[in-house]
Amino acid sequence: MPKITMREAISQALMEEMERDERVFILGEEVGVWGGTYAVTRGFYDRFGPDRVRDTPISEAAIVGAAIGASMTGIRPVAELMTINFAFSAFDHIVNEAAKLHYMFGGQFTLPMVIRAPGGGGRQLGATHSQTPDAIFAHFPGLKVVAPGTPEDAKGLLKEAIRSDDPILFIEHATLYQMRGEVPEGDYTTPIGVSKVHRPGKDVTIVTYSKMLDLSDRAAEQLAREGIEVEIIDLRSLRPLDMGPVIESFKKTNRAVTVEEGWCSYGVGAEVAARIYEEAFDFVDAPIKRVAQKEVPLPYNRSLEQMALPQVEDIIKAVKEVM
Amino acid sequence: MDKKDCLDLYYQMVLIRRVEERAAELYQQGKIGGFLHLYIGQEAVSTGLISAKQPQDRVITAYRDHGVAINVGISSKEVMAELLGKATGVSKGKGGSMHMASVEANFWGGHAVVGAHMPIAAGLALGDQYQKNNAVTICMFGDGATNIGYFHEAVNLSKVWNLPVLWVCENNQYGMGTAVERASAVKEIRRKADGYDIPNDSIDGMDVLNVRRAAEERLKFIRDGGGPYFLEVITYRYRGHSMGDPERYRQAEEIKKWQENDPIGIFRRRLVEDAVAKPEELDDLETQVEAEVREAIEFAENSPEPPPEALFENVYVEN
Repeated sequence: MPKITMREAISQALMEEMERDERVFILGEEVGVWGGTYAVTRGFYDRFGPDRVRDTPISEAAIVGAAIGASMTGIRPVAELMTINFAFSAFDHIVNEAAKLHYMFGGQFTLPMVIRAPGGGGRQLGATHSQTPDAIFAHFPGLKVVAPGTPEDAKGLLKEAIRSDDPILFIEHATLYQMRGEVPEGDYTTPIGVSKVHRPGKDVTIVTYSKMLDLSDRAAEQLAREGIEVEIIDLRSLRPLDMGPVIESFKKTNRAVTVEEGWCSYGVGAEVAARIYEEAFDFVDAPIKRVAQKEVPLPYNRSLEQMALPQVEDIIKAVKEVM
Repeated sequence: MDKKDCLDLYYQMVLIRRVEERAAELYQQGKIGGFLHLYIGQEAVSTGLISAKQPQDRVITAYRDHGVAINVGISSKEVMAELLGKATGVSKGKGGSMHMASVEANFWGGHAVVGAHMPIAAGLALGDQYQKNNAVTICMFGDGATNIGYFHEAVNLSKVWNLPVLWVCENNQYGMGTAVERASAVKEIRRKADGYDIPNDSIDGMDVLNVRRAAEERLKFIRDGGGPYFLEVITYRYRGHSMGDPERYRQAEEIKKWQENDPIGIFRRRLVEDAVAKPEELDDLETQVEAEVREAIEFAENSPEPPPEALFENVYVEN
């Protein structure tokens, strides 16, 4: 399989779906003439023209609202938010409209729309531009929240999201765009709401997703050299949350560490740990540990920012604590 | 307009009023829950507007939506059943008073967050523009909605993309209990559209034929590629913002003054004076309306509650 970057994988998914289905179009800030703030849609404007690659004003409520309305007419918008931090400017439309209209009107119409939004810290962008608020969006029934950790999954999940009739928030990690990975050639999709054993092991279960998958991999390598075999479960979707592989793994290892980039309180790890306690309490050999961001707004200073973000060492330490 | 069309408009306006008068009673009896925002006094706006549209034109409005629902052709039975939260309601009992919609009738809601449906309206129009549908989206909203950010984002986008939207501000003088001049920097609301270079004007919304005529012209302008248009319609609601409004913000005389200009009364006088219809014919229609509303209530009261399994239906299309 060829190795390509996450950026190329996402770009390929968009390109292939736009070629496959004329109803698919892109709207967002700087997606057209500029080529995408993160260059994901470079070349799209020339290839598909201004009707299908639509530059918008800096107007997030209008971007998401227009995507909702357009999807109600049967076309398939892919709205890009420059960062997920700006999703708060469209919060009402994401959680109060997109997530609810299908249900509230008795299923009369569907909202086949995708909102792509890169997020995450580690780029010294300061407190307002560095957040990982994934759990907030995953709180709302009616919305699906997907966050891939590998180029292969990014491509397959995005293609699946574009073909889905449900509204989907597709969260990318801005520091993963350069990450390379093997991606199958040709058309394929990856199911939404299906977790996956990313790395098999027998001693401790690590439950993670998105960028923290890479850090967990690196922690697992180091731990393997010390004779500790961790099993990594990649959630890939936060809603629907597929606990099957997590519970199966936990029943084998009896120990778990959750790893997320967002804050610990009310987070993904809190949800996963609660579900493990509910569904597999008899298998618990040690309290579940959560690795997450320190409870501060992310600072600009590089050292301080890195102190606040989860590190490979934090994961290794947590794994050893549950052993 | 021929006689049949005139009588049809009259029937619709009376139907809206009687449905809502009975809904208010049912609310007081505890049979309707939640919020109930009555359209009484404003019937000519929606009735005139919607009578001017073509079938492919979409309609979207805010939470004061019972009148629109009836005008687009949803039966009074389905409206009443929705108010009572029944499975036979237009939104299967899951939407309630504020959230009625019917894809079949090209009515896209019934949206309860002030102004939030306006970007969605822009999206509906974008969908038609994208698919070259030759349809216009009629988006109705109150004067209060013109002060929230969504209004400005949506109206701006509509002009930038030349979207086929008829923006209709129903200026009923109050956003809840706050008078326009206490909430809006611009008292003459249509002037806000000037900020977006959108053609606009303001009309009397108590005369249904006047509203219809204005709507026909503006819809043609938009359909001919003129881009969005902003129509301010001056109207008045006789009842409180919703049931349970103490109405401390206005005097009884003010309501009385507007009631002298009642949209149904004006239209009735017009029909009789112009010899379009005899008073007895109009009385007959009103009797028919009474019967229809009785049947609607009977239908709603005898309809089943949504089954328990409906709770988890339609959260997603694909589970």
